[in-house]
Amino acid sequence: MTSSTTSATPAPEPLEPPPAVPGSVRKPLSAASLARQRRKASAVRFWKQYRTHRAGLYGLAGLVLIALLALAAPLLVGADVQSVTAAPGTALESPSTEFPLGTDQFGRSLLGLLIWGARISLLVGLLAAALSVAIGTLVGIVAGHYGGWFSTVVMRITDWFLVMPALVLAIVLATVMSRSMWTVVLAIGVTSWPTTARLVRAQTIAVESRPYIERATALGGGHRHVMTRHVLPNVMPLVLAQTTLGISTAILTEATLAFLGLGDPTVVSWGGMLQDAREAGAVSSGHWWYLAPPGIAIALVALAFTLCGRAVESVLNPKLGVGR
Amino acid sequence: MSLLEVRDLRVTYGSGAAAVPAVRGVDLTLEAGTKLGVAGESGCGKSTLALALLRLLPASARLEGEVLLDGEDVLAMSWGRLRAVRWAGASIVFQGAMHSLNAVHRIGDQIAEPLLVHGRATPAAARARVGELLEHVGLPAARAAAYPHELSGGQRQRVMIAMALACDPRLIVADEPTTALDVMIQAQILRLIEGLVAEQSISLLMISHDLAVLADTCDRLAVMYAGRVVEEGPAREVYEAAAHPYGRALSSAFPRIGDPASRRAPRGLPGDPPDPAALPGGCTFHPRCPVALDACGELDQELREAGAGRRAACVHVGSAS
Repeated sequence: MTSSTTSATPAPEPLEPPPAVPGSVRKPLSAASLARQRRKASAVRFWKQYRTHRAGLYGLAGLVLIALLALAAPLLVGADVQSVTAAPGTALESPSTEFPLGTDQFGRSLLGLLIWGARISLLVGLLAAALSVAIGTLVGIVAGHYGGWFSTVVMRITDWFLVMPALVLAIVLATVMSRSMWTVVLAIGVTSWPTTARLVRAQTIAVESRPYIERATALGGGHRHVMTRHVLPNVMPLVLAQTTLGISTAILTEATLAFLGLGDPTVVSWGGMLQDAREAGAVSSGHWWYLAPPGIAIALVALAFTLCGRAVESVLNPKLGVGR
Repeated sequence: MSLLEVRDLRVTYGSGAAAVPAVRGVDLTLEAGTKLGVAGESGCGKSTLALALLRLLPASARLEGEVLLDGEDVLAMSWGRLRAVRWAGASIVFQGAMHSLNAVHRIGDQIAEPLLVHGRATPAAARARVGELLEHVGLPAARAAAYPHELSGGQRQRVMIAMALACDPRLIVADEPTTALDVMIQAQILRLIEGLVAEQSISLLMISHDLAVLADTCDRLAVMYAGRVVEEGPAREVYEAAAHPYGRALSSAFPRIGDPASRRAPRGLPGDPPDPAALPGGCTFHPRCPVALDACGELDQELREAGAGRRAACVHVGSAS
């Protein structure tokens, strides 16, 4: 994949600094500094291509903004924004200069809650997507490598997970396990891996038909060696793109679970805010400032991750022909 | 004792009615420090033979016979022992170095791969050895940090040779090592292989369709047709005066420098190699043979003595002269 990426570059970047005689420049460089230089060059190449995807840039800008807000939340609003007993305002105030988005039924600032909620949404989204992609990659590579009846059995199990309504399964898991953020991460992670597994398996089979796999076997490498040293680096770009795309799904699922009251009740999240709004009767009384912001925030973050994921996918795999 | 002894090796793909014999009873002997060339058309079982030596064929292939590497039967080895013998006992230079290198790893790491897999060296020692190996095959040691796409075809083949030498094997199997290269680079690579093999007294089993290349590089030559060795002997003699009509056809297919007669009339061999799934009866070569007798359609020919150190499987050999 990397080779296709590089070959797709219209004008390959010179990999070393200008002086043209390679031997004379290379000799004094140590292996480590050379490696660092190359890594930098390939990062620059990636960024140059990424930059041509305008939607990806918008997504990235949005993500950086939201991530900064989430990281700076302790400074901006402080952890006591969640406190019900020390709430600064009265119940269900309309937007004002003191509370730009009004207050909830306990008198807490909704803007503060919104910023604080970004932490949970992003954290759960990232962890759940990482877990799901990790499971999917493991299953995909193992199934693709061994083949035969083993692969058939594993892929039928994958299919079974694929046709199971993921949300229902996640609800069941979140219900039977103790209420915590980790439960939500686990529930999302173990229900959303089949797509990745199928993709990775297909790619694994393609990679394993290459002659260098035969070479690796000929030089005495075992299954583990082939899977980790040769197959994994070649499916990594796919896995990376899949992770970025998976995060937005995970954030949406987290919001859904929290809205259904299956999240951790002790922390504020965007889905949880929506549920609180419903319970407080914000829908019937027309308190849009309570309902709309969490919903819009969820949509924006999911959109930003999707835009980034699409851009990463098309940079790493130009053969996909994903539109810019 | 010979380094490599192949006894009645048979390889069959598939089973039952769909079984296709790719190698049908090959006997070969390779003494330590010598070079053996295996020639033949596409589909005659050369590459299958090479891969069978280290049991690298897909699971659908059935192997019979014996492959004695240093007196040990490769075909009867346990999986663990086989992995230890692969590359350390015998290594392979594959055809098409372009695709035999993983595009996502630096070549230095790939050359170090066999060393690390076999636990021959620590990562630091492996790095030093990689530099040594690269210099050995005529590349600067600093090229270890390059990726395969940054190298030319000839350089990549040099990397493959460095990799084959990494574990100091006693035998190197070169499967069409120069096929994808232009003639100049071909000559360079052949000289390199020859030099390294002579210097470290490694045995070489070289496979090619190019009889001239083999005759130039190897001590002995075996010509394969339809999964069998049909002629074997000292390289020069086989190339210049083949006893088997197929060997003659192969060697006359290349015009010779300094021989106007052959240049004016380069001879080919009419017909296609037989379908391994439906081999003709009797001598498998008889439908294309210019000197076939009536009996050739019924009588299968075994290898027989054809002069000092030479064997050929033809009805005309031995009886006629």
